[in-house]
Amino acid sequence: MTPRRKRLVLVLGIIAGVSVAGALALSAFRQNVTFFFDPTQVTSGAVATGERFRLGGMVTKGSVQRAPGSLEVHFVVTDFKHDVPVSYTGVLPDLFREGQGVVAHGKMSGTTFVADEVLAKHDEKYMPPEVAKSLKKRQAESATPGGA
Amino acid sequence: MLPELGHFALILAMLLAALQAFFGIAGPALGRDRWTAAVTPAVAGQFVMVSTAVACLIASFVANDFSVTYIAENSNSALPIFYRVTAMWGAHEGSLLLWIFLLGCWTVAVTIGVSRLPTRFAARVLGVLGLVSFGFLLFTLATSNPFLRLDPPAPDGRDLNPILQDPALAIHPPILYTGYVGFAVAFAFACAAMLEGRMDQMWARWTRPWTTSAWAFLSIGIALGSWWAYYELGWGGYWFWDPVENASFMPWLVGTALIHSLAVTDKRGLFKSWTLLLAVLAFSLSLLGTFLVRSGVLVSVHSFAADPTRGIFILAFLIVMIGGALTLYAWRAPLLKSQAGFELVSRESFLLFNNILLVIGAATVFGGTMAPLISDALGLGTLSVGTPYFNPTFMLSMLPLLALLSLGIHANWKRGHLGAAQRTILTTLVIAAIAGVILVFGVYSHGKVLSPVAATLGAWIILSSLVDPIDRIRRKLSLPRSVIGMSVAHIGLGIFVLSVTTVESFTLERDVALGQGERAVVGNYEFRFAGVKPIEGPNYNGVEGTVVVTRHGVPTSVVYPQKRQYWVQRQVTTEAAIEMHHGSNVFVALGDELGAGKWSVRFQIRPLVNFLWLGAFIMAVGGAIAATDRRYRTARQAAAAPVATPGVAEEGAG
Repeated sequence: MTPRRKRLVLVLGIIAGVSVAGALALSAFRQNVTFFFDPTQVTSGAVATGERFRLGGMVTKGSVQRAPGSLEVHFVVTDFKHDVPVSYTGVLPDLFREGQGVVAHGKMSGTTFVADEVLAKHDEKYMPPEVAKSLKKRQAESATPGGA
Repeated sequence: MLPELGHFALILAMLLAALQAFFGIAGPALGRDRWTAAVTPAVAGQFVMVSTAVACLIASFVANDFSVTYIAENSNSALPIFYRVTAMWGAHEGSLLLWIFLLGCWTVAVTIGVSRLPTRFAARVLGVLGLVSFGFLLFTLATSNPFLRLDPPAPDGRDLNPILQDPALAIHPPILYTGYVGFAVAFAFACAAMLEGRMDQMWARWTRPWTTSAWAFLSIGIALGSWWAYYELGWGGYWFWDPVENASFMPWLVGTALIHSLAVTDKRGLFKSWTLLLAVLAFSLSLLGTFLVRSGVLVSVHSFAADPTRGIFILAFLIVMIGGALTLYAWRAPLLKSQAGFELVSRESFLLFNNILLVIGAATVFGGTMAPLISDALGLGTLSVGTPYFNPTFMLSMLPLLALLSLGIHANWKRGHLGAAQRTILTTLVIAAIAGVILVFGVYSHGKVLSPVAATLGAWIILSSLVDPIDRIRRKLSLPRSVIGMSVAHIGLGIFVLSVTTVESFTLERDVALGQGERAVVGNYEFRFAGVKPIEGPNYNGVEGTVVVTRHGVPTSVVYPQKRQYWVQRQVTTEAAIEMHHGSNVFVALGDELGAGKWSVRFQIRPLVNFLWLGAFIMAVGGAIAATDRRYRTARQAAAAPVATPGVAEEGAG
């Protein structure tokens, strides 16, 4: 092979490799991305049946319940317009508390959201940005009835 | 008075940084030697001023001066004195000051190191560093001044975030930042070379020890953060693909590509423009890291600060610095032409593949990190990208990288066949495969499809890295530090790969509800829960559980996981109990009180997980050894008279 030809093979090989990697990354991306919904979107049926998603909002005060001695816990997530009941089995994070923001991963089973992961990864003065944004939006809607 | 003194010192530092940038860039450009000579005093002056500001802030923290807003928000009179000092970088304002201080340290080290280089080139390097420093000082003074007073003063402080009250996290930011900021040095050398229009092999050789040192610091910084997350956050994970983690990992990946590409430019004079581009890219990602972490734009564990005006300033700064550097690159790159050629299976091609795969790896991480931001900005919905995306896509570029490493390490510069090395390659591969299979199916009993493959690759890297040093010793050839450093770093990587493989394949995990005297079985271990008792610390109270651990029926230890509530912020933290037995980490974390006398408890058995951080540390040690190689010192000694140089050597070893 002449040096020119070798370089051509090398360049073509690199291009092929990069495109394969790109295609695979894109398909992994499509399959593994989860969307965020707030309780209003969930109750209005924005979520496809069986889809995994992230539910975010505030934990309603006084809604946390568990059978004594059981790992299974029930609570209600709200955006102050609509509520979604959540069930979860496992250890809750340190920052999980009634009246605080929360984000949970999981899917709907009937009208209950079954979470397999609960996140409260923010500190005391800080709210998950997507929850803060959703609450702001819902608040703005109540201020202007009939708005979007 | 101290805060005012610090504030004033910071303003003076900014003016001196402006002078340093101006004299360093304009002096050589206009050929005014007296301007050029003024750079070093400006560096010294700026460093004294920044150090004064840091000292003032720390002294105010120690003295509990709650009339300073930043101290009132991040400290408390009950805080132990060690954490009052480290609280200085506990939040946004102070960590920026820390960044500037570390840049000052690097600049002083560079000033000493470049004193043997051509005067104009040295001045340009320091000028670019001055420009970076000026930007950060302006940012700090304009948007994030840690010295602002609070009127009336707070009676007591709001306390340092309890999860930051930890020895590893106390030293994590300085070390991570030392790495981040260190890429500014590589960036400054690249810019200086482009300003000079002399982009020969010399600039690459001069930059190498600095870049390798910065890379070593960044490696240790990331490993410390991962270790902290493992034992402190109470989930027992070591890597979450969190945006903040990714923000430090992307510069590391590109930095790794850069140190390999610099080797090619230094030894063979190839890849010149690519190396320049990587130097700019590594520093851009460091700046972007600051932007991601500090602007609070992403959902993230660590985003304590959320302020859009700061984000916009950093974005503007990013555009000026990176845009400027890329413009310079576009102007100068046509001057670059590599004369030498190389063959398909030479060391050059293997390093080219290394660079391509590392950059693809960085790009996949970048895509996953930025996608939520872009989707949100375009109104396509709020999405989240997590481990299910990152793990497979990242592995896609890393597995071939690991395999090619073991081949490429035997390849020669320029020449196009592996020839005599073929036998060595086969032998090491066979031994590694046997070791990998024994580890996966012998020591541990099950596994995933990729487990034996990854274990083999890890073992192969370790064996292949040993071949060259052993061969040199047998043939009584010289063993330069660059070779030792490279082998040590690659062995560290091999250990890291083996550890990730066992952790990802064989981790056992259970959340259980336990009452006093009840037992849980996880793998070979049995845990008996002996109840909880109240505890009290200097600034918190809480409960401590007692768990008796037995392995195969033999009692091994008693562990005491804690749940603490800190008084000031009322924040709850989990202090997991972690012990190493037979190479595996046994992790016990106390959850919540469930009623009926039961507690939720999390048990995890992670095999060889400690070797993950050990591997990263060994990589960094390898980098430090390579950075002190003699040829970098002799390269400089050729340029000037011998004077004791505390520059690179001590920097890398520390």
